Amino acid sequence: MNDNNIVLRVEDIHKSFGNNEVLRGISFDVRRGETKVFIGPSGTGKSTLLRCINQLTVPDRGSVWLDGEEVTNSGARINYFRQKIGMVFQNYYLFDHLTALKNVELALLKVRGMSKSEAREKALIELRQVGLEDWADHYPAELSGGQAQRVSIARALAMDPDVILFDEPTSALDPELTREVLEVMRKLAQQGMTMLVVTHEMGFACSVATEILFMENGVVAEQGTPDLLMHDPRFTRMKNFIGQFDSYRGD
Amino acid sequence: MDQIAFIFDILLPALMQGLVITLKLIVWSAPFGLALGIGVAAGRQYGGPVLSWVCKMFVFLIKGTPLLLLLFILYFGLPSIGITFTAFTASVIGFILCNGAYNSEYIRGALLSIKDGQMIAAQALGMTRAQAIRNVIMPQALRRAIPGLSNEFIYLIKYSSLAYMITVVELSGVGKNVATKYFIYTETFMVVGIVYLVLVTITTIAVNILEKRVAVPGMNRAAAAQL
Repeated sequence: MNDNNIVLRVEDIHKSFGNNEVLRGISFDVRRGETKVFIGPSGTGKSTLLRCINQLTVPDRGSVWLDGEEVTNSGARINYFRQKIGMVFQNYYLFDHLTALKNVELALLKVRGMSKSEAREKALIELRQVGLEDWADHYPAELSGGQAQRVSIARALAMDPDVILFDEPTSALDPELTREVLEVMRKLAQQGMTMLVVTHEMGFACSVATEILFMENGVVAEQGTPDLLMHDPRFTRMKNFIGQFDSYRGD
Repeated sequence: MDQIAFIFDILLPALMQGLVITLKLIVWSAPFGLALGIGVAAGRQYGGPVLSWVCKMFVFLIKGTPLLLLLFILYFGLPSIGITFTAFTASVIGFILCNGAYNSEYIRGALLSIKDGQMIAAQALGMTRAQAIRNVIMPQALRRAIPGLSNEFIYLIKYSSLAYMITVVELSGVGKNVATKYFIYTETFMVVGIVYLVLVTITTIAVNILEKRVAVPGMNRAAAAQL
């Protein structure tokens, strides 16, 4: 457990919206190649936490460090960190006026300053990675939800991020499309991509996660490997939560 | 004199000279009016409190006063404080200000219709707000603003005739001069009206073609209805 392997450090993040304290001191370290999965009831601040990491939401207190450099309070340098911290959203947020290929190319051209041919080549590589090379010239409205989400993963990958944040990437998808997106994410994890994933997909969490963090009421209530949280009798809260899921599924 | 001969030998050649002036007025005004509209809309929507207020005031003043008054101020008023424009320049400046203010309202409406996620996704990729506005938000907003902007462009074609009031002899002005010289009012003004109709028709067709060329699947109702 060498400290140099820590790519992302989150320290004591607090965030309130009005009187509602959404995050009450969250801390964790992410090592290179890890997949951390965040589970928990809706409204416990999981998405807010991800947004605090790349400063789309500015936390009230606490700090975030990427490769030893502070991301919080970094001023205009935040745009550099955001390239290194990819993000995938529940509703994909593809740029509606651009084809799949151009969606992936845009930041390469405008942020990284690549030439057109370089950007195109890189974008096609990323689209191939998510199995959508043949769909490069289609617009977001012509893609299925699963395809759109895979394009948005390719768009994040294109920036060569150190870590990718997935904010409920499959919550808007039916089971079949969910599977195709999870397959892509599983492959990324196996290739050693560092990922933070907010999801309700327990199967994915248990098979891919290096560690599961169960969040409730703005704090990490339980934390450990999937095995530990599922089988160790000391941990009950997450099992209860999943139990509720399973009984819903049984209906 | 024979009416046909009047129309073809006297009126139309004269109107063509006026038409050239009208077209010059439009060609000089429209691009800058569009640019001003984009700038004001973006400033109002995404600028700081001061810039936003300035843009809002600008629109308020232009919308709230007659264009003719603006032209009078530019041409007859400003020389008293030492700023002198030719009648043509004063007209173009007035048209740009007017066109820009109204354009900005159409564009602002379109900006409001763009979902927040577009900006969030752009920023999450490391774009600055300015980059996101230029590369992601504006291209979508402008597409949605095309119907309104084309409407405003058509107004510009027609209110360019106000330039005559500050001595620019454009299409309507030539018509007026010919009509009074030959005492043939009805026919003259009808022909002038037809020339404007032709200009507007050409514009409408051009806008339809433009709208189809920049259409993106799923981004506007017209395209969706065709599917």
